[in-house]
Amino acid sequence: MATKTFSVAKLPGFTTTAIIVFIALYLPILTLVAYSFNASQSVAVWGGFSWDWYVKAWNNDAVKDATVRSLLIAVCAAVISTAVATMAALGTTRRKAFKGQTFIYVMINQPLMVPEIVTAVSLLILFGMVKQATGIQGIGYVIFAHAAFCIPFAYLPIRARLEGMDMTLETAAADLYATPWQTFRHVTLPILLPGVIAGAMLAFVISLDDVVITEFTKSGGQDTLPTYMLGQMRRQLTPEINAISSMLLALTIVLLTAFFLLTRKND
Amino acid sequence: MSAAEKAQAAQSTRNGWLLSTPALVILTLFAVGPLMIVVVYSFLAPGQYGNVEWQFSLDGWRGILWTKDIFDDTYGLADANISIFWRSIKLSVLTTVLTFAVGFPTAWFIATRPQKSRALWLFLITIPFWTNLLIRTYAINEVIRNEGLMNTVLLKLGAISEPIRLIYTDTAVFIGMAYVYLPLMVLPLFAAIDRFDMRLLEAGYDLYASRMQVLRRVILPIVKPGIIAGSILVFVPSLGAYVTPRVLGGGKQMMIGNFIDLQFGQGRNWPLGAALSLTLLVIVTAALLIYVKYANRDVSNGH
Repeated sequence: MATKTFSVAKLPGFTTTAIIVFIALYLPILTLVAYSFNASQSVAVWGGFSWDWYVKAWNNDAVKDATVRSLLIAVCAAVISTAVATMAALGTTRRKAFKGQTFIYVMINQPLMVPEIVTAVSLLILFGMVKQATGIQGIGYVIFAHAAFCIPFAYLPIRARLEGMDMTLETAAADLYATPWQTFRHVTLPILLPGVIAGAMLAFVISLDDVVITEFTKSGGQDTLPTYMLGQMRRQLTPEINAISSMLLALTIVLLTAFFLLTRKND
Repeated sequence: MSAAEKAQAAQSTRNGWLLSTPALVILTLFAVGPLMIVVVYSFLAPGQYGNVEWQFSLDGWRGILWTKDIFDDTYGLADANISIFWRSIKLSVLTTVLTFAVGFPTAWFIATRPQKSRALWLFLITIPFWTNLLIRTYAINEVIRNEGLMNTVLLKLGAISEPIRLIYTDTAVFIGMAYVYLPLMVLPLFAAIDRFDMRLLEAGYDLYASRMQVLRRVILPIVKPGIIAGSILVFVPSLGAYVTPRVLGGGKQMMIGNFIDLQFGQGRNWPLGAALSLTLLVIVTAALLIYVKYANRDVSNGH
């Protein structure tokens, strides 16, 4: 019976197409990584294996500067967005549906619905006005822009975790004369933590990857790694970009694997 | 409901709002609020060196489709703009169609794997999904550029005598978008197919349906919500694409996103840029509303 179901589900050409898709999905990425080890100066010719471009990228001050800034922005944006998303998730779950809840959902998911370029130009206008009026410069603009669009990504895993949570534990804690804060600190938060960490990681990755909004909200000399790379792509291409990309790729895969292990164990 | 219960409910609602307030404040200041400024800007006159003059003008909105003749001040259709809109819509539709055509078999393949290996296949789709869009676009560039992998291999094999010039064409942008947005199609399709009861297939075959009939009459109607979700998820970002056409289109094969960017840069026409942004937003919102309507109807009709 089981084998029959399996053969029934097989449709002609589907497996072949799927295999081709997986190859097509990974071939470009593997090519990019392979060229990062190319000894040749030009991206066009293969000149043998070498670590040179990694060394070069590592010693490039502009890259170092952009990397530090990218990480700073991503950490700040992840912390801010996760903190407010956790509160919002606590506020919108595990209580009787209230008037205005849909409004809160729409607001939280707004960054997912508006095209990035539209948000980017709207922030360009707003920040231009604020900068002119107050004279305040700095990286804070980019951080808050990132924090805003990271909120839905942090919110979703936290909310999912909360919805699957057993409410009787909190009732039990309350019955044992725990104050609401004690209940939250010693009961709710420990159970919620994997969701919070997962949300923070998604927010971190989303912030680290952003190109468009950063490109429009940064001031001169505030390049992040992706905007630096975008700028370089307009000039001559060297395998240094491949080396930077490969490192960023490795970081993403490590974070994703950790994310999957984290969310999987909780099932 | 007693007075005490009522008070408790009110308290609960108040807490819900209080806890949501910090998130709402950040979103209002840095996501929703700025859109209102865009609305205002679209009704102002362009400043000589960028930004705006604070006087009411409809030129921004008019400039979307019409252009003023320099000599006699008459308005004519702006062919350049129309060709950019047409390219954006054409490439977005093509991207949606192609990603569906190859994404459906892929999602089906993953959903029919044994439980154990399914997670791995799904993970393989998820990695590109979370990988930086710029990196993926650059990866496609590595394959299709004039001295890239594709041309190198084809030249070595003697299949072509000179490189295929694909980069900086519409086709390059199309290939790039299909590549970067494919996971957005596969994931919702997988979710829909995964819920599909494979015994229905058997029933179909038992009743002498051909494979094609089973596909059309049994599978497609049931996975329709996944198809709509996937199409929206691909179509919406395609229409607003900025990075992929910029890198693979080389500044010439512009899409709406790049055209908006241009108005805030060299074009020095912020009101037009604002009006274009709002137009894009309206189209995207309309697509999302259609999706919500269909998704809800499917649920109510299905049960």
